[in-house]
Amino acid sequence: MLKYSLRRIIKLIPVLVAITLMVFTLMYLTPGDPALQKLTSQGGAVTPELLAMERHEMGLDRPFFVRYVDWVVNVAQGDFGNSFKDDQPVAVKLLKALGYTGALAAASTLFSVLIAIPIGVYTAIKKDSIFDNIVRVLTFTGNAMPNFLIALLLMFLFCIKVKFFPVIATASLKGMFLPTLALSIPMISRFARQTRADVMCQLSEEYVIGMHARGVKERIILFRNVLHNSLGSIITIVSLQIRVLIGGSVVTEMIFRWPGIGSLMMNSITARDYPVVQGAVLILSTLQVLINLLTDLSYYVIDKRISME
Amino acid sequence: MKTEKPKLSRSQIKQLKLKRKVIIWGVVVTMILVLSFFAPYFLPYDPLETNAAMMRKAPSLQHLFGTDNMGRDVLSRLLAGARTSIFATIMLVIISFFVGTVVGVICGYYGGALDDLVMRFTDILLSVPQLVLAIAVAGMLGGSLVNTMIAIGITSWTSYARLARSHAMRIRQLPFINACRLTGCSDAHIIITHVVPNLIGPMLVNATLEIGTTMLSIAGLSFLGLGVAPPTPEWGAMVSESRNYLQLAPWAVFAPASAILLTVMLFNYFGESVCDLASSKEA
Repeated sequence: MLKYSLRRIIKLIPVLVAITLMVFTLMYLTPGDPALQKLTSQGGAVTPELLAMERHEMGLDRPFFVRYVDWVVNVAQGDFGNSFKDDQPVAVKLLKALGYTGALAAASTLFSVLIAIPIGVYTAIKKDSIFDNIVRVLTFTGNAMPNFLIALLLMFLFCIKVKFFPVIATASLKGMFLPTLALSIPMISRFARQTRADVMCQLSEEYVIGMHARGVKERIILFRNVLHNSLGSIITIVSLQIRVLIGGSVVTEMIFRWPGIGSLMMNSITARDYPVVQGAVLILSTLQVLINLLTDLSYYVIDKRISME
Repeated sequence: MKTEKPKLSRSQIKQLKLKRKVIIWGVVVTMILVLSFFAPYFLPYDPLETNAAMMRKAPSLQHLFGTDNMGRDVLSRLLAGARTSIFATIMLVIISFFVGTVVGVICGYYGGALDDLVMRFTDILLSVPQLVLAIAVAGMLGGSLVNTMIAIGITSWTSYARLARSHAMRIRQLPFINACRLTGCSDAHIIITHVVPNLIGPMLVNATLEIGTTMLSIAGLSFLGLGVAPPTPEWGAMVSESRNYLQLAPWAVFAPASAILLTVMLFNYFGESVCDLASSKEA
């Protein structure tokens, strides 16, 4: 296990290097002079002398590669530079926002899994029942819903019509409920569909028929064998969905004004505050890579045969 | 005299049913495409004309879907935006499909260092959250429909490339390809006349399944204000413009949002029916 994990972690290094290079190049290619942007976003008149000084101070007159290495070394030490807007360290802003996004992502993933897996298993057993058909229509619709439609619909129903929740989500359990629900609905749809398909696929396997023939109780087959065997692909779809979730959280956070990384990134894009955008993209991408790693490691925990190759 | 109906096996009947489904959804999708293409010529009102006297009017016989915050007719904007929203999606799918297939086939057919390099590159693109990267790119490039398409296109070709590559690798090893090589066919000839026709089927199935997702990505970006520049009607942008008036004019938000939902659902139904038919043929 340790050897496998180590090998996987070493494989991560080139990916992380490539991601930093990509994020840095993206900002490098961005039209506009960061020094000019910094000066104008802080207000005040910009003279050519001031601009040249600022450029030198920010190190913009150095070659691309030197700047890149410099940036990566700083980032590795937790220094993401300072925001153009208020000169505050980006790392502090990111860390604060990361907590909010993390809470939202964790809550919605957990909530979706808890709801979707029982639904998926039940619809697989009661295939073509009325319940199965209703769920099929609902999950199909949930799958095709744009993120913002769900969020706006929830907001319209619960904040404007019923006035049960505040329109602007506060950082409390009550405030978190609607954003979590908005992120969960598409996930529940996908998880339930996947679970249903996997469980049905397992149920038609020969070992299930064999166990039935030997008189093993239905419940034991289902929970001890079928669910365990479907776990691998359920984890795959959950980890794939986290990628979508991170993207979707940008929209949801914007709508509910949830102070997470998504809103931070959008506000910084509008304000052309590039160090913050750069930091946000880097953090979210790194997070994604780490989740991928955890997914791979969890396959090993579930199915020991995987380590053989 | 009894006339006996030709007996079909159960699997044949199933296939015919699946085929019928594909045809029905295909017709529906084609109709949507044709309607959205010609809709801008049959608008009840000018989609860009603002009217201070008609601001945020509820749906009525005059304005079926009401008016938005600037007094513009929502139905007219919806119809005018259909072409932009749907054709941007289709164009993006076609371009990603084309680029992905070309790259994937070349990688899969030749293999080697180029293949390694490209596949590592797609690994990296796939390990980054797609929408986040797209937001960053679109944010940098500035809001326009083409920039949105570029921002999403950067990652969307990779899934086609991986699929095409895996098929090309499989086909490359088949005996008839070796036979072709022995008769002296060039690589280009083999790829165009033998490899591509054998993988285009599954690739097309994948593309029809991707239409819905692509449309949602474009809508998401333009909802965030990174799509078309304001007065141009486009569904995601319409929702974005009207969402601050959700309380006063919910119709201006939910009409375009529902249009996206319905269109994505139709494309998904179509994609799924094509996929079902394809997998039943394989079995």
